[in-house]
Amino acid sequence: MTALLDIAGLTANYGDFQALFGVDLMLNAGETVAIIGANGAGKTTLMRGITGIVRGRGKMELDGTSIASLSAPEVLMAGIAMVPEGRKLFPSLTVEENLLIGAHARKVAGPWNLNAIYDLFPILKERRNSPGTALSGGQQQMVAIGRALMSNPRVLLCDEISLGLAPVIIRDIYAAVPKIKASGASMIVVEQDIGQALKIADRVYCMMEGRVTLTGTPATLSRQAIHDAYFGVSA
Amino acid sequence: MIWLDTLVQGILLGGLYALFAAGLSLVFGIMRLVNLAHGDLIVLGAYLILGVMHVTGLHPFVAVLIAAPVMFGLGWLLQTHVLNRVLGDDILPPLLVTFGLSVVIQNGLLESFSANSQKLTAGAIEAQSVQLGPISMGVMPLLTLASAVGVIFLLNQLFYRTALGRAFRATSDDATTAQLMGISPSRVFAMATGIALVVATVAAMYLGTRANFDPSIGPARLLYAFEAVIIGGLGSLWGTLAGGIVIGVAQALGAAVNPEWQILSGHIAFVLVLLLRPRGLFPRAND
Amino acid sequence: MANSSPSTGRFAQVALGLALVAALAAVPLVAPRAVTQDLFGILTLLVLAMNWNMLAGFAGLVSVGQQAFVGIGAYFMFAAVILWGMDPLVGVLIGGLAAMVFAVPMAFFAFRLHGAYFAIGTWVVADIARLLAGQWKALGGGTGTSLPKGTTKDMFGVQWVKDVLDVSSAAAADAVTYWLALVMAVAMLVASYVFLRSRMGLGLQAIRDNMQAARSVGVDPTRLKAAVFLLTAFGTGLCGALIFIQITRVTPDAAFSVLDWTAFVIFVVVIGGIGTLPGPIVGVIVFYILQRLLADYGTVYLIVLGLIGIAIMLFARRGLWGLFTDRTGIDPFPLRHRPPAAPKS
Repeated sequence: MTALLDIAGLTANYGDFQALFGVDLMLNAGETVAIIGANGAGKTTLMRGITGIVRGRGKMELDGTSIASLSAPEVLMAGIAMVPEGRKLFPSLTVEENLLIGAHARKVAGPWNLNAIYDLFPILKERRNSPGTALSGGQQQMVAIGRALMSNPRVLLCDEISLGLAPVIIRDIYAAVPKIKASGASMIVVEQDIGQALKIADRVYCMMEGRVTLTGTPATLSRQAIHDAYFGVSA
Repeated sequence: MIWLDTLVQGILLGGLYALFAAGLSLVFGIMRLVNLAHGDLIVLGAYLILGVMHVTGLHPFVAVLIAAPVMFGLGWLLQTHVLNRVLGDDILPPLLVTFGLSVVIQNGLLESFSANSQKLTAGAIEAQSVQLGPISMGVMPLLTLASAVGVIFLLNQLFYRTALGRAFRATSDDATTAQLMGISPSRVFAMATGIALVVATVAAMYLGTRANFDPSIGPARLLYAFEAVIIGGLGSLWGTLAGGIVIGVAQALGAAVNPEWQILSGHIAFVLVLLLRPRGLFPRAND
Repeated sequence: MANSSPSTGRFAQVALGLALVAALAAVPLVAPRAVTQDLFGILTLLVLAMNWNMLAGFAGLVSVGQQAFVGIGAYFMFAAVILWGMDPLVGVLIGGLAAMVFAVPMAFFAFRLHGAYFAIGTWVVADIARLLAGQWKALGGGTGTSLPKGTTKDMFGVQWVKDVLDVSSAAAADAVTYWLALVMAVAMLVASYVFLRSRMGLGLQAIRDNMQAARSVGVDPTRLKAAVFLLTAFGTGLCGALIFIQITRVTPDAAFSVLDWTAFVIFVVVIGGIGTLPGPIVGVIVFYILQRLLADYGTVYLIVLGLIGIAIMLFARRGLWGLFTDRTGIDPFPLRHRPPAAPKS
């Protein structure tokens, strides 16, 4: 069986600064993978490399087909959608328009449409005609997740969806994750909140300084091992 | 009563200026690009309509329907192959490229059609007018104003009511995130410039039927269009209509006092509005 | 760098420069009048180009309204001669000052606009100046006027040059205006070099590259830009007035021509290398060669010029000079040297 998403030896640079050093990552169909690591570990660069916003070098295959040379819009069309760090709603668009634009280019039949998103996050239906950026941080995050789901992606990438939100709101947002998993989407969740990540993930990758330093299932990884991989092992 | 007549003629003239400006306003609103060749592209459109009329013998109202798709294609190609390459944080390259384009178009037209003035003849309709109380309004100027209102209404519908308009606004907000939605900014921009040149073609038809034109008149139309956009407030299409009317009325009032003062009055109105309201009459909230 | 010591290199450059200036200064003594007149055209275009390069290339103020200053310089020089009975060379100075005075309200207005809007805003103001010049009835209104016959003959220094060189008054007048153009070009070049390497000049380049950073090191961007705007208005006005001593006839359309005094200037700078000190010199040479090659083809020349400008912006943004320094690594006029260690604050 081949993995749905297969990444091997991925490197990426920002100018002279190398941000990724040969990252290997696998995502199987229906699986949720969490990527944890401190600030600057390369998690966001990895997401940007997969989506084609940053041009990386190495093997990247979706269901056996290379996506390494695709532009960002082409990656979305291939079925990889992203919830970007910082939510990045379009200020000139209403909540509903922000959701609709998620399906602007990739119109694929599937479990997700406007009504399904409103069922997942009922508050968005009430605020459908507000400007996207008039919402609270948590509600904006719901719009960003809904917007990515609207394209019925095969792979959903979530970058730091708990960042800057109150714990009670984070709980609400993560409550949606099992429903998204149940819809059949495979997910990669980048998270600094280790507890949250271990709760939802089937497998965990820990990154440090542009490299994967530890992989495993939540059950097999000890707190100490994660701590060492996260902060670097003191000699 | 003569003043009322002047005012009405100015408003009608403003319709023409709003048509000049609408394409400029649209392109600025979407990609923050100021096309210094806009006036010359309008003049190019007028020559294209002239050419279509010459070959087919059609009326300008029909010839414009053939010229418009050609201009759309030109805009698409121009954006795709030239302008998209120079968009970015540095404002110099797009300015200088469009300035170079302006010189190329002007002299290309001069080389092909000479400096002789031309006119698009629309027949009997040019002389017809409508009497409204003491005021007499030409049918062509009325049609021009009506077209300006219609064009701006349609552009607004496009912008706020269609999927393409959503893509325009999203790309304008944040081109990187728009790409994550599968939107290709370069294609969105190409579409926008194509539409802007369709509007420019409509403007060209009214320009050419109203008065004589020659290859050199583009830059002055750019200035009027630009003044209308700024007076109206950047990115506001209805504001652009208002701006065009302000310039039209100012020019008509100036010309009523002394014909030599027509253009000067328009410029001075522009300077005054900008000194009093630096962001124009209808500034967009999030700019 | 493994070069010979910097001071030797510097000395050689200065010596070469002085020799070149001396050779140019000798042109009216040895060459036919037509050559002097041609070189006058080149030198004045160079002065205009250096002024615009300072404005757009270094201060980031892309003006398309420089024809305002050329026109005002020309008109006030004419006014000084015709209306106030002054020597044309005093008129040149008055022309430059008038241009600088006009630049004050123009800056007040145009500085409210940014980027591309600044460009068209300056264009509108220049058009206002053109239309106002057309209302100056004492100088012929819309049809313009000519310098009275013999004006240049009586110009300061002409009689002396005529006697010493034993040439006609017209040739002597050509020589005097030519030398003035040469002095302006050299002065502008030296002033640009010194200014750009000064604290203020480095501040200006910092502003262009990063507004916030410049502010944080204590440069007031608006004041510095305004100062550059006024000074280049002065330089452009002086040059415009001098040009119209040669032309001897002024009309609003000719004196305020966007093509002659701004478009050509922009192309010269863009082709040579915008934001580089030698750019305008390289550009003016290329411009002159092209003009010679395509002289018989009329408007084709302008089309070619426009296409070259577009190509440069698409493929080599820092022009021919930028290409040269990138390819060879040689930059005889380094502006971006690191300033000596900043004083501790």
